[in-house]
Amino acid sequence: MAAERVPPARAAGHTRLRFEGVLALAGLALCWQIASYFFPPFLFPSIPAIAERFAGIFVHAAPLGDALATAGRILLGLAGSFVLGSLLALLMGRSDTFHRYAYPLLNFNQGIPALSWVVVSIIWFRGIEFRIFFIMVMTTLPGFSFQLLDAYRAMSKDLLEMTLSFRPTRLDLLRTLVLPTVVPGILTAWKVNLGNAARVVVVAELVGATGGVGYELLQQQQLFDMAGAIAWTIVLVVFVLVVQRVLTLIERRQLRYRPLAERGS
Amino acid sequence: MSEAPAIVFDAVDKRFPRSEAAEDFYAVRALSFAVAAGELVAILGPTGCGKSTTFNLIAGLIRPSSGRVRVAGHDPYDEFDWFRGKIGIVFQNDRLMPWRSALDNVALGLELNKVAREERVAIARAWLERLGLKGHEADYPFALSGGMRQRVSIARAFAIKPAILLGDEPFSGLDAVTGDTLRREFVDLVRETRCTGIFITHSIDEALQLGRRVLVFRRPARIIYQARLGPDTPAAERERIRSDILHALGGTVATKEEP
Repeated sequence: MAAERVPPARAAGHTRLRFEGVLALAGLALCWQIASYFFPPFLFPSIPAIAERFAGIFVHAAPLGDALATAGRILLGLAGSFVLGSLLALLMGRSDTFHRYAYPLLNFNQGIPALSWVVVSIIWFRGIEFRIFFIMVMTTLPGFSFQLLDAYRAMSKDLLEMTLSFRPTRLDLLRTLVLPTVVPGILTAWKVNLGNAARVVVVAELVGATGGVGYELLQQQQLFDMAGAIAWTIVLVVFVLVVQRVLTLIERRQLRYRPLAERGS
Repeated sequence: MSEAPAIVFDAVDKRFPRSEAAEDFYAVRALSFAVAAGELVAILGPTGCGKSTTFNLIAGLIRPSSGRVRVAGHDPYDEFDWFRGKIGIVFQNDRLMPWRSALDNVALGLELNKVAREERVAIARAWLERLGLKGHEADYPFALSGGMRQRVSIARAFAIKPAILLGDEPFSGLDAVTGDTLRREFVDLVRETRCTGIFITHSIDEALQLGRRVLVFRRPARIIYQARLGPDTPAAERERIRSDILHALGGTVATKEEP
């Protein structure tokens, strides 16, 4: 008897969720538009004014460059953090001694505010891009390390014994068992850290950069331009949502071996 | 036994440390026996008698505390790489990789043996067909029933053409009808491939059905009774062996298929 492949309620649930999400956002926009009739534009600019500023970001080279710079910084920072975090997780998983030293340090790091890393990086480093990269890596590193360590440790002992019974080389063991085991953890870590990275990059750019979404937000604040501030915020939100969507699609493809109800949403 | 033994246990101890105050726990103590090449041996005993530890020692998954284990003349723990492609194991649970299709699960051992992709796909496909799973090649384990998954795991063990086949209660998790069918197919396959087979079980009926020799263990793993039997062994003789085993164990093992 084959198990049920597709729980039918799931697909309907996805569609409804998407519809409800759109409805909620439309409700928020409507409330904002109503508020714009009663308050001055520097407090509540109209939705068309915000939309115009938002569209303007994508039609002019300079603001588009700022948006792309921020996107690049987020992805580069996450990639660096992922590589370093994977290495730390692997070492902690393989060596109890290393784990005993590294784990408290990573835990300590979790308590350090992003702004402290901004100050430290400005004092330590001269290059703007490296400063931002450093801040991104230091703030998202614990998330990657802990998530990947958990995934590594959750590896099935039964599957490990089974695979070892075929006498694999170390590389084959990594390829056939370890990597497929930690893939769900890797994807979850990326999804969780993406949101963190988007918040941190703005703080880093606010203080230490001459371009990017954070820098532009600072400009809008100095000009009391609420429409511009909202438009730049939406740029960042859209970027995060698009990358989240890409990650979800990758997750669905990578986890296609699971029943539909257990895949990413 | 005219041929050199395929498996030799020579005064083997396996102990596990407990708390600092308590003495080590002996799962296996002074165990000695030999299995001839091509022989089918069932190891029977109650839960906790050290059957699985003995199994893991043969498989080279653990190292003996003292004594000597030799499989085909080699140390299965220290000579890890030498055994690549030589030992096939069917575990109690199917232990399929959930991210691999049925075909890719069967092909795992072949892949680790560096068999070319086309060849291993052909071999895996043939084994799935042999075990009645034609049409399920692309299915992931979650889409297969318990019996089907165990068939895949049997196919995976046989696909590498092992010289030694080990089974750790491979049918205990299945319902009586599926278990009985698979057991018969399994015995046929072992005979057909002429490999040396060791099967762990806690069911007397299964031991008598699978083994040409039955070793009865008691905790810590030591042989308290053994009997030889063949396909032509008369029913009365089988019944006597069954009764002797029961007597030796004092009724501590299952006498029929568990649900």
